[in-house]
Amino acid sequence: MKNGKQNSSAGVLIMDAEAIRRALRRIAHEIIERNPRLPEIILAGIPSRGVEIARRIADFIRGIEKIDLETGIIDVAMHRDDVGTRGELPVVRASKLPLPLEGRSVIIVDDVLYTGRTVRAAMDAVNSFGRPARIQFATLIDRGHRELPIRADYVGKNLPTAANEKVRVRIGSANEPDGVWLLKPEAAG
Amino acid sequence: MKIAESTPSSNTESALRWNRKDLLGLRELSSQEINFILETADAFEQVGTREIKKVPALRGKTLVNFFVEPSTRTRTSFELAALRLSADVINVSATSSSLTKGETLKDTARNLEAVHADILVLRHSSAGAPQFLANRLKASVINAGDGAHEHPTQALLDLYTIRRKRGKISGLHIAIIGDILFSRVARSNIFGLIKLGARVTLVGPSTLVPREFEKLGVEVSYEIDKILPTVDVVNLLRIQHERQRKEYFPGTGEYTRFFGLTKERAKLLKPDCLIMHPGPINRGVEIDSEVADGLQSVILDQVTNGLAVRMAVLYLCGGIATT
Repeated sequence: MKNGKQNSSAGVLIMDAEAIRRALRRIAHEIIERNPRLPEIILAGIPSRGVEIARRIADFIRGIEKIDLETGIIDVAMHRDDVGTRGELPVVRASKLPLPLEGRSVIIVDDVLYTGRTVRAAMDAVNSFGRPARIQFATLIDRGHRELPIRADYVGKNLPTAANEKVRVRIGSANEPDGVWLLKPEAAG
Repeated sequence: MKIAESTPSSNTESALRWNRKDLLGLRELSSQEINFILETADAFEQVGTREIKKVPALRGKTLVNFFVEPSTRTRTSFELAALRLSADVINVSATSSSLTKGETLKDTARNLEAVHADILVLRHSSAGAPQFLANRLKASVINAGDGAHEHPTQALLDLYTIRRKRGKISGLHIAIIGDILFSRVARSNIFGLIKLGARVTLVGPSTLVPREFEKLGVEVSYEIDKILPTVDVVNLLRIQHERQRKEYFPGTGEYTRFFGLTKERAKLLKPDCLIMHPGPINRGVEIDSEVADGLQSVILDQVTNGLAVRMAVLYLCGGIATT
């Protein structure tokens, strides 16, 4: 369950700002290496941290290849498979993708890959806008425990976790440094 | 489910979470909740521009459109909204239901629930009917107009349209003109506009616009020609001949002469003043054809926006756990 009141000091620091920076720069290089036609790429982040991560990857690619990739936003709320099971709903944001998608490579970007259900929903959302040539997936953290046959094409860090632990990602905060923390069950409350 | 906390400083995500199963009126909603619905509607408006204009949000849910009073546009708007959310829809009207056979509202509703309806969209001639059912049913209840009480989705789509066209609602001056006394659209609009910081002036014949309404925080005027040059939006209400009793005003011709938005009167408006009407319009009664079809008219935008707003309401109320 989401818990927005956790103190940022709780948990074990897994990645600091510099480690995140290096991981995203490596992902940028991998994207360049595996996609000979870079301008076909759309970096589409899942709000809110995926959007920030996609923006940073685009910055690295601009620095390396002098190409401005198009970016987008995919809000997966209306494509989720757990409707009617939650007692409260967060606000839904409009998805934004450059159209048409035909012939494009959409790289979905998120902070944490866990069950795979969010990515499944994101792929459905992308497909409702059109039929891209291919969809890839980049994540800062892969924490395991997949419930669907889904894997990431680009991974910042593989983080073995127990199902009752939590992964906390902070990126792009105005006042506090970036970081990834692992919260043990007692700390996770 | 992904487990990661949000960092409020790194995004614009609203901290508020929606937790109501019913939408009965705007009176009980906070300004934050109203804005939450409008922001959700932004996302659903965008679905209408996709190649596939349908999302699976309410897949497997059953919506019953239960219209005890006739209505085509509201019912079809709810129906299309539900279909675009992948819900299954049943339409029940007063004549096709057993209400005509003496069944009580509660019994009819219990029967609808017995077939596992998840969302009940209710239009009823009695104020409070949706509340009555919401208190008794596990299903979500959406008020699609109850008597002269409230019509929340109409007011929400009006608010949405103003916000879309003018970028804001706070600080704007809105005139609601016509039959205020019998109008649930006016009531819901008043609650919503005041909560979002607008200035509201009600205009119409004194029999239909009693000073009582000033208690709601609005102004009342009987001099339309003085008000028109000062407002940012005029919302014209339909003269409901079918409900009107003769003692309230002498006739539609006289109404038009004193309060209709005629071609000549429309010249008093600011050039960027929006002209709204919940429909169906009586051309030549509360509004002239040239005005209804003119550049300042956003009447058809209201219809389009109604779909997005109703998708948002169905998604929010129908999408939360009700057990």
